Amino acid sequence: MNAVIPIREAGAEGCTDAPVLRERGQREVFCGLTGIIWLHRKIQDAFFLVVGSRTCAHLIQSAAGVMIFAEPRFATAIIDERDLAGLADANTELDRVVTRLLQRRPEIKLLFLVGSCPSEVIKLDLSRAAARLSASFSPDVRVLSYSGSGIETTFTQGEDACLAALVPTLPAAEATAPDALLVVGTLADVVEDQFMRLFAQLGIGPVHFFPPRRAGALPAVGPNTRMLLAQPFLADTARVLEARGAKRLGAPFPIGAEGTTAWLQAAALAFGVDAATFERVTAPGRERARTALARQRLQLAGKRVFFFPDSQLEVPIARFLARELGMALTEVGSPYLHRQHLAEELALLPSGTTLSEGQDVEKQIDRCRAARPDIVVCGLGLANPLEAEGMTTKWSIELVFTPIQGYDQAGDLAELFSRPLLRRLKLVA
Amino acid sequence: MQLTLWTYEGPPHVGAMRVATALQDVHYVLHAPQGDTYADLLFTMIERLPRRPPVTYTTFQARDLGGDTAELFKNAARDAYARFKPKAMMVGASCTAELIQDDPGGLAKALMLPVPVVALELPSYQRKENWGASETFYQLVRALAGPKVPTPGTERAQRAAGQRPSCNILGPSALGFRHRDDVTEIRRLLDQIGIDVRVVAPLGASADDLSRLGEADFNVVLYPEVGALAAGWLKRSFGQPSTKAIPIGAGATREFVEEVAALAGIDVATALVEVQARSNWYARSVDSTYLTGKRVFVFGDATHAVAAARVASDELGFKVVGIGTYSREFAREVREAAKRYDVEALITDDYLEVEAKVAELQPELVLGSQMERHIAKRLGVPCAVISAPVHVQDFPARYSPQMGFEGANVLFDTWVHPLMMGLEEHLIGMFRGDFEFHEDAAPSHLGGQPARSIAAPAAADSIAVGSEPITIAAPVAPSSTFDGESPPAAIPAAWAADAEKELRKIPFFVRGKARRNTERYAEDHRVPVITLETLYDAKAHFSR
Repeated sequence: MNAVIPIREAGAEGCTDAPVLRERGQREVFCGLTGIIWLHRKIQDAFFLVVGSRTCAHLIQSAAGVMIFAEPRFATAIIDERDLAGLADANTELDRVVTRLLQRRPEIKLLFLVGSCPSEVIKLDLSRAAARLSASFSPDVRVLSYSGSGIETTFTQGEDACLAALVPTLPAAEATAPDALLVVGTLADVVEDQFMRLFAQLGIGPVHFFPPRRAGALPAVGPNTRMLLAQPFLADTARVLEARGAKRLGAPFPIGAEGTTAWLQAAALAFGVDAATFERVTAPGRERARTALARQRLQLAGKRVFFFPDSQLEVPIARFLARELGMALTEVGSPYLHRQHLAEELALLPSGTTLSEGQDVEKQIDRCRAARPDIVVCGLGLANPLEAEGMTTKWSIELVFTPIQGYDQAGDLAELFSRPLLRRLKLVA
Repeated sequence: MQLTLWTYEGPPHVGAMRVATALQDVHYVLHAPQGDTYADLLFTMIERLPRRPPVTYTTFQARDLGGDTAELFKNAARDAYARFKPKAMMVGASCTAELIQDDPGGLAKALMLPVPVVALELPSYQRKENWGASETFYQLVRALAGPKVPTPGTERAQRAAGQRPSCNILGPSALGFRHRDDVTEIRRLLDQIGIDVRVVAPLGASADDLSRLGEADFNVVLYPEVGALAAGWLKRSFGQPSTKAIPIGAGATREFVEEVAALAGIDVATALVEVQARSNWYARSVDSTYLTGKRVFVFGDATHAVAAARVASDELGFKVVGIGTYSREFAREVREAAKRYDVEALITDDYLEVEAKVAELQPELVLGSQMERHIAKRLGVPCAVISAPVHVQDFPARYSPQMGFEGANVLFDTWVHPLMMGLEEHLIGMFRGDFEFHEDAAPSHLGGQPARSIAAPAAADSIAVGSEPITIAAPVAPSSTFDGESPPAAIPAAWAADAEKELRKIPFFVRGKARRNTERYAEDHRVPVITLETLYDAKAHFSR
């Protein structure tokens, strides 16, 4: 965690210097393995092999729901007692499993060995295993490793760990090459395409998205790379990209019309797009978002919202709900608050918002009960129990799986919040 | 290491959670890393419980691993007791905590909590969910009823004159397939024949109830996967006999009634309670004639698989062509049952093996769990769910037991329904030449894919990994004469145009098999070109 707080111009308000309630205790969150569920949809020729226990397999199966039967590109190598007792050499076993897997799935070009709590605790060196397997399967398959364990990662941090592992394999850009824009973080294909069109209209290019849709299409990175984070949970990825020379463009995240505009603006400034062009290109999107949000605002303005920590998307979404829909923020919880990456977001957050980092779930539920919010954003383990207590909830994992970024999704995102409220009205009436 | 895509069972601590969640005032403190709380949503989402499972997790992280994880556990246990004030606690470790060896039992003991604390040893790298549930229930029963065990050799006290005989119901738990309604049904049945139910456990029981288990005359074990171990201990400790019959299906329910009547020492006319059993008449009605000899494959937990095979064979007149289970603990029971149907039991927890078996056997109906539902959908075979693991739709709002006479009615409807759909599809297939049915019209309920007429060679691996939807040759209808085993021919003989045309007249769901049988016949008899005659020769050949 970087403690540097950027110096803001005089008169800056918001939550830049707001105190953060830091809590430790029981955390009701997913581990980083869950990231596999959307990452494998994004990188179409990658396979994710978790090295873990039956619990890990069970978790992914529970999170993936029925998706598991669409011949998904993920699986678990379950460690058994033979591996633990040293009866079988774990590395030999891993080689056997990987060989069998790659024989069955010849179309796979990139294999991730994903570390879990058990594999981390028994100190199975997956990075070594990845290097060894990479050597034996090259050039057809590249094998990488990262940790998605619960002891090290929370939910979306799994994506951060995965992308950070991918960064060293990116080709180096020529030092003399013109500036290129790298958009970092998994976005739904439809959102990616929208942004691609906007950047083209703005005259910004070349633009690459990371992760790419295919393992063979890795973008180059170098001192000429300007990087725009599309997701707030990419601390490690940004760090290793910066180590390779990329420069991060500070911006709020592209959530809501305001966030999207400011996000695009950061790129436009870096690429010298003139104000008139920016205005002309973004006006239609802003107008569509305004129309869509005006309808939702009727439902949502004045409603009080409480966020349990889940994905690190809480702060940007809270900012959007407060500023564009007029909702009141009670507590905004996040598993981690990256001060630097969230600087622009925190500045926009209404001052006086209670921010919390980490969790002690029982105490947080007590605070939530006391706050009596109109809508609670929380995980599926809490949603129905809180509904049964009479609260209205929005389950948070949907915010990660649904396309919410960009102008044309602003209305959809707002609707995710208005729908539970509307439903409550309908069922009571 | 074992390569796994899908697991039939979760880890053993999920079994312990199923017991804790079923009980009323028992709290479980689980030493587990951050992330293991995912299991909560099985209860809040799949079973749709309106409360959180009574489980506190230590959710340790990497930075805690230095050595204060034990302290973390003690704090969590102390806080959980202070907040929830349970009547008994369970403590244990999940798979990762098992590796760091903090000894939750010893740590909890040091806290000197004023309630019984049961330490669970659940070996996560050897055992699975059902075993975990069974072991947990057994340990709890032992800990809570143990103090009331009479000294060895004590005779059970005689029931007072005029007092109704009584029993406990053992086995129903949280996340159990239809446990809620099975309990209601069996309770009602027992009440009708004059037997009182003292305690149902673990589902709905309190710690105090568990301590009173020894008071009943005998035990009804509804789900041996969870209840048999505890029932064995109750027999040894309190001399309570327990039931063996599983009341799934009308016939088995009748046997069950006779068994409990014998244990209770009462006389019952089962006819009295059979008013609800409509399923027997439905199965006899002429509309059901077409069910005769339908080839069915059964897979699930051992109890449900064995019971379902019996119902399928004896009460619906199906032919059981395969039976299997993922419960290794009960493999013997399933192997025994398989002998009745002259098939070999499939004992596996690898769904790819099950898929290969289904593809090989080409049944007309699959009875299984959620996984078999997907397998059947993929292979285009009708299917009904008979066992956990199941999805949210199999925790229905409506009353739908599997056990007792109403359960038999439910089974009849549930199993026959997909077949009726199959018959409709057959008719659509027959009339596919009609202007109203174009060639690619997809069946509505089978994954939305048009049925393909050409059978692909169905090796297990190609089914598992192929991106193309694989359509196996559909099963043989009872009226059809194309039968016999037919591995795909290596080099299929050429088809003459008229034979190809005739083949198209065969209903699509047996067409694939007809094609393969004919090709095999052609190969065996060295017929280079398949003509109309070859087609019918092959039909005659395989009909023997």
